[in-house]
Parts: sequence; structure tokens; C-alpha cells
Amino acid sequence: MSVLSRFMGVFFNLFEPVFRLGQRWLGASRIGWLFVGPNLVVISIFTFLPIVINLVYAVTGGVHLLPSQRPFTGLENFSTLLQCGDYTDLQSCRTDIFWRAIFNTAKFSLIQVALMLFFSLVTALVLNRKIIGRGFWRGVFFYPVLLSPVVVALIWKWLLQSQGVFNAGLVAMGSQPMDWLLDRHWAFFWVVAVSIWAHMGFYTLILLAGLQAIPKDVYEAAEMDAAPPWRVLSRITLPLLMPNLIVVLVLVMIRAVQSFDEVFVLTGGGPGSATTFIVQYIYLTGFAEQIHLYGLAAAASLILAVGLMALTFAQLRLSKASDAGKVKK
Amino acid sequence: MANFFTRTCGRVHGRTRLHWTDWVSYAYLVAGLVVMFGPVLWLVMSSFKTESALSQFPPSFLPYSQKMVVVAGHDQPLPLYRVKDEQGQTHEWAQVRRIGIMATMVDPLQPQTELKVNINDRQPVNELKFASGNYTELFGKFSFGTYLWNSVFITVVATLITLLFNSMAAFALSKYRFTGQKTVFVLIIATLMIPPTIILVPAFLVISSVGLLNSLWGVILPAVATPTGVFLLRQYMLTIPDELLEAARMDNASEWRIYWKIILPLAAPAMAVLAIFSFMWRWNDFLWPLIVLSKSEKFTLQLALNAFQGELNTQWNYLLAMTVITLIPITVVFAFLQKYITTGIASAGVK
Repeated sequence: MSVLSRFMGVFFNLFEPVFRLGQRWLGASRIGWLFVGPNLVVISIFTFLPIVINLVYAVTGGVHLLPSQRPFTGLENFSTLLQCGDYTDLQSCRTDIFWRAIFNTAKFSLIQVALMLFFSLVTALVLNRKIIGRGFWRGVFFYPVLLSPVVVALIWKWLLQSQGVFNAGLVAMGSQPMDWLLDRHWAFFWVVAVSIWAHMGFYTLILLAGLQAIPKDVYEAAEMDAAPPWRVLSRITLPLLMPNLIVVLVLVMIRAVQSFDEVFVLTGGGPGSATTFIVQYIYLTGFAEQIHLYGLAAAASLILAVGLMALTFAQLRLSKASDAGKVKK
Repeated sequence: MANFFTRTCGRVHGRTRLHWTDWVSYAYLVAGLVVMFGPVLWLVMSSFKTESALSQFPPSFLPYSQKMVVVAGHDQPLPLYRVKDEQGQTHEWAQVRRIGIMATMVDPLQPQTELKVNINDRQPVNELKFASGNYTELFGKFSFGTYLWNSVFITVVATLITLLFNSMAAFALSKYRFTGQKTVFVLIIATLMIPPTIILVPAFLVISSVGLLNSLWGVILPAVATPTGVFLLRQYMLTIPDELLEAARMDNASEWRIYWKIILPLAAPAMAVLAIFSFMWRWNDFLWPLIVLSKSEKFTLQLALNAFQGELNTQWNYLLAMTVITLIPITVVFAFLQKYITTGIASAGVK
């Protein structure tokens, strides 16, 4: 330990002269700039600068990476992505795979949000009861949250493979084994199921924190009035949990719209394009295909960004509305 | 049903008897245990199976494999079978070779006489055996050591730099008043709203123009300025009384010295939470390394796993072992530091 602290002493003393100089030049309070400096430089270079460059990519074409070599094409990328001959027929779109990705993402997000809310709410309510070993049970549901998406996908791929445990179950019940991930409906089902399995614990934790913050005397008052349990649930627990439910709703939505890694490793977007989502479309278009169409990928990113901004905005409105409702009561 | 969800205290029904809703709750929890841990356990058990045991159908939970016996006169160990002869007696014989539906077998006790057996009359003799071969062979093949090293390097270095940069920024944002401070704080927090998924292309350009493509630093640097970390540490540092800083300034300590001698040790609990988070983020990272690192000698474990599972003839025995090794560090962190993780999530609301 003393070796470590001596090492740290030597390390931090290295920077002493820089900050002494800075202190003399900037004064005692503006030296704050020197402290936020490194962090600020990193986010400027790797976050804010890319946001600006992204706009450049979105309005230029060609296959070059350097912006100076890319011809200006205006809104061509957006029309390539979005234009359809007939908007009721996906086949007529110039980039039907992008539309398919949007539909898949929307379908996935809606189904996943509903199921995720349901399961995490039920789990949080169960964990909030008087049970033995709450910490342990909470950990059980939380554990998959920490696993990497690749590991999650491989675990399930192994269970779902043709000689896996699910097929053994099918055979034991007397039916034929099947290729779970090669059927478009089943593949979609498993993508939803696996992402719920992997992330449910996180939202359960948020809801559980909300449940534990509800004052006990409200329940005692309800008990005095001999309120039936379903009424307690619908009139006390759920309304008081509403802010947390909204947070979870929006977080799940924003994450679902950006789903990529688990799905990518589990199904690769297939079969066909049954489980191709927007981020995967961006990745494939910009980086994985033979020709790297950076412009299309950047335009698709912008469309995704607009969608995410709309969701964030909706969150602000929703939470404001629920706050206002609380004040009125 | 609603009763089951809302009854948070059991005293109304007495302490000794469990209400039916309690039974339902525990049933739900046990089902959860199976669903949540079952798949992981199945994977771990499978990783100890030999290649031939892995191809058996239906699969077994425990790593059973066929018993092999050494028979005099044969170089290789032979697989052992239980054979029923015409008299209805069972013997344990080893199989020498098999042609069509007839198998040539020997009794290990009398290795001289070879016997012909119909393959329908024999059953393999299985034994419980944890085969470590999948793990030990990993290091010889596929430069597994390189992937492990890359992952460890990225995780450790990125976490250290994250701690340094984020704590410096948090210190400035919590203990100083300077013009533009609010703007800086808002800018840093705003990056929470900008997921890396929407700036992939330009970030790739930036990385390649500073020459960090296919370099581990290209994965490390963009990730070190985490808004979550700054926020978490700032909230914690706000609770440290300013009088401590004033006292140190009286003693003519420099601002830098105040930062690392006073603030850092006092913020240790929050630093620990951030360290755990950063460790998990970087160890599990996938999309960003996938774009920056395309040479296989720079792959992290996650990338290597992804590359191997995509191959046509997936060698599941190695893939399983590799997956287990990848999830070990996270599981250790989870087992020992669960409390910190859950408080971190509860206080900052971020993963």
C-alpha cells in the first residue's frame, strides 16, 4: 500500500509545475479551466467535432473518407434513404432495407417496452414484499445486466442451436427439433426475449428504488380504511410510482431504438432482414459492406438522432405533466 | 392478484403461516432464478464437455462423456460400451472399430479375443468428467493470450484515465466559480444525450485522421470523458466542505495539491463506484472497438468472440470456454461489489 501511495505521490507531483504556472497566470479561480481541460478536449474532439462533421457527411456523396474529397450532393442521401414510389408498398422504396430497419426497430421497441415494463414492474413489486433474502433475489435478476452483449448473445445462441436445450425440450415433448433463429417470427421473438432477459434487472432496480421511497404511512392509512388490495395498487402504488415508470419507459425506448450488439451477434440481422435494426443498417452501410457509403450512414444517423431527440423531448413533457399532476393532488 | 402485489408487510397474517401470496412470490423468485442463472450455468457446464460430448443429442446438463479404457495391444484408449449378449448378460467391452452396423469389440480383461457385436446391442458407458482441455488449448490456439491482453490493457488504462480526467473536471465544477463554468457543466452533461451510435462515421474519420485506427488507444481515448463519471463525482464532491480547502490554502498548498491530497482521498467512495462502472463499460464494449479495431491481432475478447461465432464451422468447445473466461471478471465484480453497483445506479440513475 505504501508503495502505491508513494507511486501516486510521484505521479501527481509530475503535474505540480504545470498547475503552479497555471495558477500564477490564471489566478485561483480560473484555474478551474485547467482542471476541466482534459475532459473538455476529449469530448470536443470525439463528440462535438463529429456532430459537426456528421452534417458534412450527410450532404456529400462518394466513397472517400476525407470530407474535402467528397462531392456536395445536397439532400440526395436523404432522398435515397426515404424516397418511395408508393408509400404503401415497401418494395417501391429506393432503399427498402432502411424502411424495413425502421419498421423492425419500431415494432421491436414497442413490444419490448411493453413487456419490459410489465416484467420489471412485477419483479419490483415481488422484491418489495417482505421476503427472505431480498439482496440475493435482487442480485439474481440483476446479474445478466452486467454481462456483455456478445456474451449474452452467445449464451442464448448456444441454448437455441440445433442441438441445444430448447430443441431437446421439443424432442422430449414429441415434436420435431427446429432452427429457432432461422425462422423469421421465432428469430424476432428470441431477439425480444433475450433483450428483456439481459436488461430487465436494471429497470427493476429503478422501480424498486421508487417503491421503497413510497412512505409507509400511506399504506397504513389504506389499511385503516380497509381498502381492497387492488385499489391500493391502482390508487396508491401505481400513481406514486408514475415518475419512475416514466423514466423507465423512456430509457427502455431510447435504448431499444439503439439496439445493436446483442441482436447483431445473435441473429446477424437475419433471417433475411427480419431482425435488422437502424443501428445495424448504419454499421453495415458505413463500415461492413464492400463499398463504404459514409454519406448514407451519416444521413441515417441524423434521422436516428432526430428520433432520439423526439423521444427525449417526450420524456421532458411527460415528466413535467406528471409533476404537475402531483402538485394538483 | 392485486393483493399479491401490494401486500408489503406480512404482519396482518401472523408470522408463522405463509399466506398463499407468499407462496406465489417465492415461486416467481425461484422461476426467476432458473431463468436468469440457468442459461449461464448451462453454458459453464457445457464448456467443460469434450467435443464429442458437445455433439450428443439430447444434451445433458452435466459434462458426461464416454468412458475410455486403455486395452493392452492398442495404442489409443478405446471407448467403453455396455453390451447385452444373447443370454441376456451385460458386459463392459471396448470398441476397436466399427464397420456398418457391426462393431468389433474386445473385453478389456481378455484383450486377445475380438468379438462382433451389432451396434444396436450396445450402449456407451458415460462418466462425469470435467474436461479442462477446452481451456488449456485456448492459449495455444487463436492467439487467445493477445485478445485477453488487449482487453485487460484497454480496461485498466481507460479506467485509470477516466478516474483522473473525470475527477479533475468534477473538482473544477464543484469547488470553483469561474466564468463559463455552467456552460462547461451543461456541455459535459449534454453528451449523455448523444449516444455514440449516431456519430459513428465522423468519429471514425477523427480516429483515422489522428492515426489511431487499429490502435488500442483509439478505443481508450474517446471513452475516457464519461459524463456519468463527472456527474457522479461532482455530486459527491459538493458534499465535501469548502473549509477544508480554505485551511489548505492558508498552509500555502497549491490548487493541484489540494486536488490530489485532499479531495481525491475524500472522494474515494465515489471514485470506487466509478471505477467499477468504468471497468464494466470498457470490458463489455463492443460497437466502438468493432469499428476502430479491424486487425485480428488488436481484437479484444468481445471482438474475438464475435469473429469466431461467425465462422462457418463454429468450434463451440473453444467458443464456450472463451465465453466463460470473458464473463468471469464481470461475475467476480458482481459477486463482491454488488452493493456499490446498485447504490451507484440508485444515485446516478445510469448504467
